Amino acid sequence: MKGDFIMSETVQMKEQLLTLKAEALDVLEKVGTPKELDELRVKYSGKKSALTEILRGMGKLSAEERPVVGQVANEVREAIEEVINRKQEHFVREETNARLQAEKVDVTLPGRPMPQGGIHPLNKVIEELEDIFLGMGYRVAEGPQVETDYYNFEALNLPQNHPARDMQDSFYLTEDLLMRTQTSPIQIRAMEAAKGQAPLKVICPGAVYRRDDDDATHSFQFHQIEGLVIDKGIRMSDLKGTLLQFAREMFGEQTEIRLRPSFFPFTEPSVEVDVTFTKKNGERVWIEILGCGMVHPKVLEMGGFDPEVYSGFAFGMGVERIAILKYGIDDIRHFYSNDMRFLKQFSRI
Amino acid sequence: MKVSMDWLSQYVSLEGVQAEDLAERITRAGIEIDSVESRNAGITTVVVGYVKSKEKHPDADKLNVCIIDAGQGEDLQIVCGAKNVDAGQKVPVALVGAKLPGDLHIKKAKLRGVLSQGMICSAKELGINDKLLPKEQQEGILVLPEQTEIGMPIVDLLGLNDQILDFDLTPNRSDCLSMLGAAYEVGAILGRDVKLPEVQPVEGGDAASNHISVTIEATEACSHFSARYISGIKVGTSPLWLQNRLIAAGVRPINNVVDITNFVMLEYGQPLHAYDADKLNNGAIEVRMGREGEVLTTLDDQERKLDERMLVIASGGKAVGLAGVMGGADSEVSQGTVNILLESARFDGGTVRKTSRRLGLRSEASLRFEKEVDAAAVVPALNRAAELIVRYAHGMIHEGVVEQVVTEPQEQTLQLSLSKLNSYLGTELSLLEVKTIFARLQFPCGDVAHDLIEVRVPTRRGDITRDVDLIEEVARLYGYDNIPTTPIEGATTPGALTAPQRLRRTIRHLLVHGGYQEVISYSFTHPDKNKRFPQLRGTHHDVALAMPMSEERSVLRTGLVSQLLEIASYNRNRKQENLALFEIGMAFFSEEEKLTRQPHEIPLLGLLLTGRRQPAQWNTSAERVDFFDIKGALEGVFSYLGIQPQVTYKADQPEGYHPGRSASVYLNTGTQELRIGTIGQIHPDIQREVDLEDTYVAEIELAPLYEQVNGQITYHELPRYPSIQRDIAVVVDDAIPSGDLTASIRESAGELLESVHVFDVFKGERLGADKKSVAIALVYRHPEHTLTDEEVTAVHDGVLARLSEQFGAELRK
Repeated sequence: MKGDFIMSETVQMKEQLLTLKAEALDVLEKVGTPKELDELRVKYSGKKSALTEILRGMGKLSAEERPVVGQVANEVREAIEEVINRKQEHFVREETNARLQAEKVDVTLPGRPMPQGGIHPLNKVIEELEDIFLGMGYRVAEGPQVETDYYNFEALNLPQNHPARDMQDSFYLTEDLLMRTQTSPIQIRAMEAAKGQAPLKVICPGAVYRRDDDDATHSFQFHQIEGLVIDKGIRMSDLKGTLLQFAREMFGEQTEIRLRPSFFPFTEPSVEVDVTFTKKNGERVWIEILGCGMVHPKVLEMGGFDPEVYSGFAFGMGVERIAILKYGIDDIRHFYSNDMRFLKQFSRI
Repeated sequence: MKVSMDWLSQYVSLEGVQAEDLAERITRAGIEIDSVESRNAGITTVVVGYVKSKEKHPDADKLNVCIIDAGQGEDLQIVCGAKNVDAGQKVPVALVGAKLPGDLHIKKAKLRGVLSQGMICSAKELGINDKLLPKEQQEGILVLPEQTEIGMPIVDLLGLNDQILDFDLTPNRSDCLSMLGAAYEVGAILGRDVKLPEVQPVEGGDAASNHISVTIEATEACSHFSARYISGIKVGTSPLWLQNRLIAAGVRPINNVVDITNFVMLEYGQPLHAYDADKLNNGAIEVRMGREGEVLTTLDDQERKLDERMLVIASGGKAVGLAGVMGGADSEVSQGTVNILLESARFDGGTVRKTSRRLGLRSEASLRFEKEVDAAAVVPALNRAAELIVRYAHGMIHEGVVEQVVTEPQEQTLQLSLSKLNSYLGTELSLLEVKTIFARLQFPCGDVAHDLIEVRVPTRRGDITRDVDLIEEVARLYGYDNIPTTPIEGATTPGALTAPQRLRRTIRHLLVHGGYQEVISYSFTHPDKNKRFPQLRGTHHDVALAMPMSEERSVLRTGLVSQLLEIASYNRNRKQENLALFEIGMAFFSEEEKLTRQPHEIPLLGLLLTGRRQPAQWNTSAERVDFFDIKGALEGVFSYLGIQPQVTYKADQPEGYHPGRSASVYLNTGTQELRIGTIGQIHPDIQREVDLEDTYVAEIELAPLYEQVNGQITYHELPRYPSIQRDIAVVVDDAIPSGDLTASIRESAGELLESVHVFDVFKGERLGADKKSVAIALVYRHPEHTLTDEEVTAVHDGVLARLSEQFGAELRK
C-alpha cells in the first residue's frame, strides 16, 4: 500500500504540476496588461506561487522520485517563465510603440529661427570685388573722404577750369577742401606711400560724392572701386588681360569684354569697357561697366614715379552700377533708404 | 554735335558707307555716336505744288478750296484750313496715297461736301521741329520759295534724305565741334582724303582799315582778333540749302548774314559775329575787360550787368558784345543793315567760360571758345564767311583783313619712339603701320633717327601735347580690339588685407551671423541730428558743406546713432518693426571752428535694436529686446576679438540716452582706461519724436579696438583635476552694480577661482526695499591637485567676509 501511496503521491504531484502548467499557460496567454502580467508572475513564479507550494511538498518524496518530479517541475517553471518573458517583451514593445506614436511632431511646422542678418548689398559687391583682386595680388588702399583740391583734381591732371572742379558739381567745404568726387585720390596717396617702389598693385574702394539730384539712376553719395598697377613695362595689353580675368571671375567664364577709346584726364590712352551681359529675358548685350587707361605720365610724375622708367594702368567702376547689373535692381536710391524688405533680399549667398 | 551725313559728304567721300556702320566705326575709334536719326520722319509722296487759285469753301467759313498744280498732269482740288494759304504760293502737297510722320495716310476725302485730293502741309506736319524754323514759318502751311520747281519731291527740296549722327564729344575732342573736324576724324577712320572748302574772297573798294579798326587791350584774354568790312549788303532770307544745313545741325535760320556766320561756325568750329558797322563808333572795336556798373543788352533782349572779370567787345567806350558769348542788341544785324563788320577772333577759353557762367548764358559760340578754338582757323573762317555773304547777301568785301595778333598759332612737333609705342601698348606695329596711321590722321611725320619719328600735330588737335597722346591716336585707329590680351609680367605681389581691414570684415560677418543687418547711411545730415547725441571725443565742431543741397544734408555726421534711428524710423513706417541694424562707417569732426585742414575721420561701429527678438511663432513668444541684448552683441564682438577682459561698462547718462539704461564703454589699453563708446536705450522723448518703441543703440570707436587685438591664440592645457562649484546668494543694496561684486570676488578669491558669474538677480518685498538678491556661481580649481573641501572653504569664507565688509552683503541661506 505504501508503494501505491507513494506512487499516487508522485502521480498526484505530477498531475498537479501539469494542471498548474495548463492553467498558467492558459491564463498567461490571455493576459491583457503589464499589471496583470506582474500579478500573474507573482502567482505562478514568485516565492508564494502555486508552483513553489507544490515543490515544497517534494520533501516527502523518496530520493528516487524526487528527480523525476523535479524534472517535471523545472519543465513547468521554464514553460511558465518563457511565456511571462515573451509577454513582458510584448508589453515593452507595445509601450515603446505607443510612446513613439505619442511623440510624433508635425514636421511641416517651422523650426526655431537661427539668427540671420545680412551684409549690405554694396559691401557684398565690394567684398566680392576685393576678393577677386586680392587673389590677383592686389592690396586694398583707403583714403580720406574729405580731400584736398590737390589730391582730388590737380594731381589727377584735371585742369583748373575742368567742369568737375566747379562748385556746382562737387560738395566743397572750403575753397580747398571737398568731399572726394572719385576714389582716384586714394591712388595718388598710394603712389606717394610707395615712394617710387614698384610693383604697386592696389584697389581703392570707397564712398564718393557729387552734386546730383537724386533719382532712379543718380545718387549724390555713391561708391567706387578703382585699381592701379605700376611697374616697369606695364602694357595696355596687360590692362586688357587683367580686365578680362576680372570680368570672367565677376560675371562668369563666358564673359567677353570690349574696349572703346574714351577720355579721362588721368589716363592716356583712355578706355571704356563693355562686358557681355545676359539680361533677364536671355538677351546677350554689351553693357558699359568701367573706365580705365594707361596712367597719364603727369599723374605718374606727381605720384613720384618716373614716366620714362615706369608705366601703369588704372581702372575704376561704380559699385552701385555693378550691384544694379548683378542683381537687376531698378532704383539706386534703394541702397541708401535701407528698407529691410530690400536689404533682406541679399541675406544669402 | 549733330553731323549731317549729307553735309559731311561735302568734305569727305562717304560713298558706300552706311550711316549705322559709320556710327559704329566712329564709336569704336573714340567718339561715341549717341544716335543715328533719319531727317525724314516718314514722308512719302509729298511734292511741291503751285496754288493756282483759292476760293472760300461754300459751306465752311474757315476752309478754302484750292486748285493746285502739283505736276501730276491734272490739277488737284484740295481743301485747306490754313489762314496763310494763298494763290501764287509754292507749297508742299501730300498727294493721295502719301504718308506723313505719325503714320498719317492721305486719302481722297470730302470735306463738308467738297472733294479734296490731298493735303497742303505745314512744316510740323512734315516732321520738322518748329523751334528750328524761322518765325514766319512756325504757323500755317509751309510756304516755299517762288522759284521752287513744281512736282519736286519735298524730301529732296528740304534735304530730308539725310541722316544725322549725334557726336557725344569728350572734353578733349572739341575739334569735332565742326564739320571739318568731323571730316578729319571720319577721313582718318575710312582712310579717305578731306576736301576743304575753296575760299577765295574777292575784294573790292577801298581798304577795310579806312572803315574799321581793332584794338586788343585785354591781351591775356584775346590772342587774335580779325575783322573784315563788307559794304552794301542786303539782309534777307537765306537760300533753302543753307537753311536746311542749319536745321539739320539744330540751328534756327534767322537771316542770310546771321545764317552764314552760323554756317561757317558749324563748318570750321570758329564762332563769328557780324556787327552793323554803322552802329559802331567809327567802326572801332576794342577788346577789353568789362567795367563795374557797365550794362549791355544782349541779342536775346536781356539786360546784362558786366564786371571786371568779363571780356567785352566795346566801341567808342560802350560795350557792344560779350566776347565769345553773345553780341549786343544795339549793333545787331537787322533788316536795314547795309554795312557790316565781320568778326573772327580767338578768345581765351577760361575767360569765356567764366563770363558765360557768371551770366548763366551759354551759346554755341561760348561752348566752342570754352574749349579753345583752332588758332589756324580764325582767318580762313573769316574769309569763308565773307565770301558767302557776298554771294548770298550781295555787298562788297573791302580790301584787307583788319586784325591784331597777340600770339601766332604754333604747330607742335613731337617725337615718338616706335619701341616705346609697342612696349606701351603690347603691340608689334611696324614703322610703316604707324606712319600710315598718322597719314590717315593728316599728321605730317618723318624719320629722325632709328626707331624715332617726328610728328607735326595740326593746331586743330590742341589735345595732343605728348608722345603718349600720339600713342593713343595710333591705338584707337589701330583698334583696341587688335591690341593683344596678356598677363602682367614681372614680379608677383601677394594680395592681402591690412589688419584693420581684416578685422572690419570679421566684425561685419560676426554681427551678420548674430542676426544683425548691415546698413549704409548718408554721410550728410542735419546739424540738429548731430547735436542730439554727444560726440565720442568730447565737443568738436561740425564739418559743414559750403553749398548744401538741403539743410537736411548740410553737415557731415559726427556719429552713426542719428542715422540708424532715421533708418529704423523709415522701416517702422513700413511695418518693419523688429530691427537689428549695424553700420560700420566714418564720423567726421574738426577742432577748428573754421576749417583749414582735413577734418578727423574716425571709423565707428553703430548698432541698433528695437522691437522683438523674433516674431511670435507657434513655439516661441515674441519677447521685447532689452539692454542686455545689445550688450550681448557688443560682448560677442569683444570676446571674438579677444579683448573682452579689457572692456568695462560704467553707468552713465549721456545726452539723448535713457539716464538709467546707458553706459560708457571703456577699454583698458594697458596704459589707460580709454572711453571707446556708448551703449544704452534712446531717451523716451527722442523715441517718441522719431516714432520708435524702446530702442537700444551702441556706438563704438573701432581704431582703439584694432590696436588691442592680438591674433595669436595660445593653447592652455586641459584641466586634469576636478573643479568645485559653490553657489552663493547675497542680499545687497540695489544700487550696487553686480559687476562690483564679481570684481571683488575675483580679487579676494585669488588664483583658485576659475570663473565667477551671476546666474540670478531678484528683488522682492521679503528682501526689503532697495535691496536685491544676487546669486553667483563660483568655480574653484587647482591646476596641480584635487581641491579638498577645507582648501575651498578657507578661500570661500574669505570671499564672503570680503563681500560682507565691502558691500554689507548678507548671505541668504
